[in-house]
Amino acid sequence: MSFEPKIVAFLCNWCAYAGADMAGTSRLKYPANVIPIKVMCSGRVDPEFILDAFKKGADGVFIGGCHPGDCHYVNGNYRAMHRVAMLKKLLKEMGLNPKRLRLEWISATEGVKFSKVMKEFVEEIKKLGPSPWRK
Amino acid sequence: MKKKIAMYWGAGCGGCDVSLLGIHEKLLDLLDDIEIVFWPCATDFKYDDLEKMPDKSIDIAFYNGAIRTAENEEIAKLLRKKSKILVAYGSCAIEGCVIGLANLYSKEEIFKTVYLENETTPNKEKIIPKEKSNDLKLPEFLPHLKTLDQVVKVDAFIPGCPPTKPVLEEALEALLQGKTKFGKEVALCDECPRKDTKPEKIEIERFYRWHEKEDNGKCFLAQGIICMGPATRAGCKGECISANIPCTGCMGPPPKVKNQGAAMISAIASLLGEIDEEKEREIIESIQDMIGTFYKYTAAKLLPKGRMKDEG
Repeated sequence: MSFEPKIVAFLCNWCAYAGADMAGTSRLKYPANVIPIKVMCSGRVDPEFILDAFKKGADGVFIGGCHPGDCHYVNGNYRAMHRVAMLKKLLKEMGLNPKRLRLEWISATEGVKFSKVMKEFVEEIKKLGPSPWRK
Repeated sequence: MKKKIAMYWGAGCGGCDVSLLGIHEKLLDLLDDIEIVFWPCATDFKYDDLEKMPDKSIDIAFYNGAIRTAENEEIAKLLRKKSKILVAYGSCAIEGCVIGLANLYSKEEIFKTVYLENETTPNKEKIIPKEKSNDLKLPEFLPHLKTLDQVVKVDAFIPGCPPTKPVLEEALEALLQGKTKFGKEVALCDECPRKDTKPEKIEIERFYRWHEKEDNGKCFLAQGIICMGPATRAGCKGECISANIPCTGCMGPPPKVKNQGAAMISAIASLLGEIDEEKEREIIESIQDMIGTFYKYTAAKLLPKGRMKDEG
């Protein structure tokens, strides 16, 4: 059986989650490996959530937020951006491939982008194989 | 009746044993209420004596130091059996402390560095300690460093590296009354001697090492110096900060925070403001060592099974 990764996706209420909805209503396909979690803002995603997701068996973690300048809460997406950048550096030191963590800006109209990015991310994680943190 | 007390020194620097003396004359009052039944560092008891004690006969057992060898682990289990309250004393026992950073390396790498490559350790015969040689048997050096609660159930925690006077006084008083919950629930910033100098909004443009700035008595974070205060439990009264040294987080996280490093990364990231990716990269690259900075005391909790391998 081929490896089916588990991807946890934190999606912001105002843009990325609406983008996922748009993908759905437009009948666009994306892999079933993605487990979406709606949060009010990408800035709500505490680094602890991300590390916890990996610890509990995620092979990849995705964060989707509004484009810079479009955040419903002014600058929450900037916080998410800096957190992800710092966490990538931390993951590298821990021996986990930083590619397992991905941040993308997806607006409410970008259903096509959502579906495309998810397909890409799942393919990438499939190539990396199961996360060593799962054991 | 006097309370029976035990103290054991696991893998640690010995500072915790000495820190008990830090409560000064209070120690004399304390000695009226307690009887020391086992304390290898200060009194002449052997492991045999401990084994002969009836189960649950020790009222409070303090375990300081982490678990690095099979011997440490064995005594942790034995003390758990013999005592009513088992206390993780100091940062090593609670979360691995500085020596927990060894979990970034394998046993072989550690031995190579310590016995073969260390310039101040002449070792022409290239001798590396073995578990068995001739008639001598040494306890196993475990593959990874463990904290006390990764091995046995722990009833109470006394944080600090080592626990300072105010922390220790409060903890000992509570423990002697049979309470296992004590200590503050807020972050160090709440009792920081530099609290009043913290501006309404902090924005960091670049990080400085603490020796790069002159002592101006102001909030370290506002100066761009990484200070673990926001993610560290209060109680020590900020002794380091009074001496112009930023907090490195030895008290561990406040009780409601699980992951001290993640909490601090979250806090620092919020202070960088609305900057573009290039500037962000430049600032973040100036942090030399993420685990050493944000997980200086909790690396053993972050990496209980050592550094991962994920080349891909």
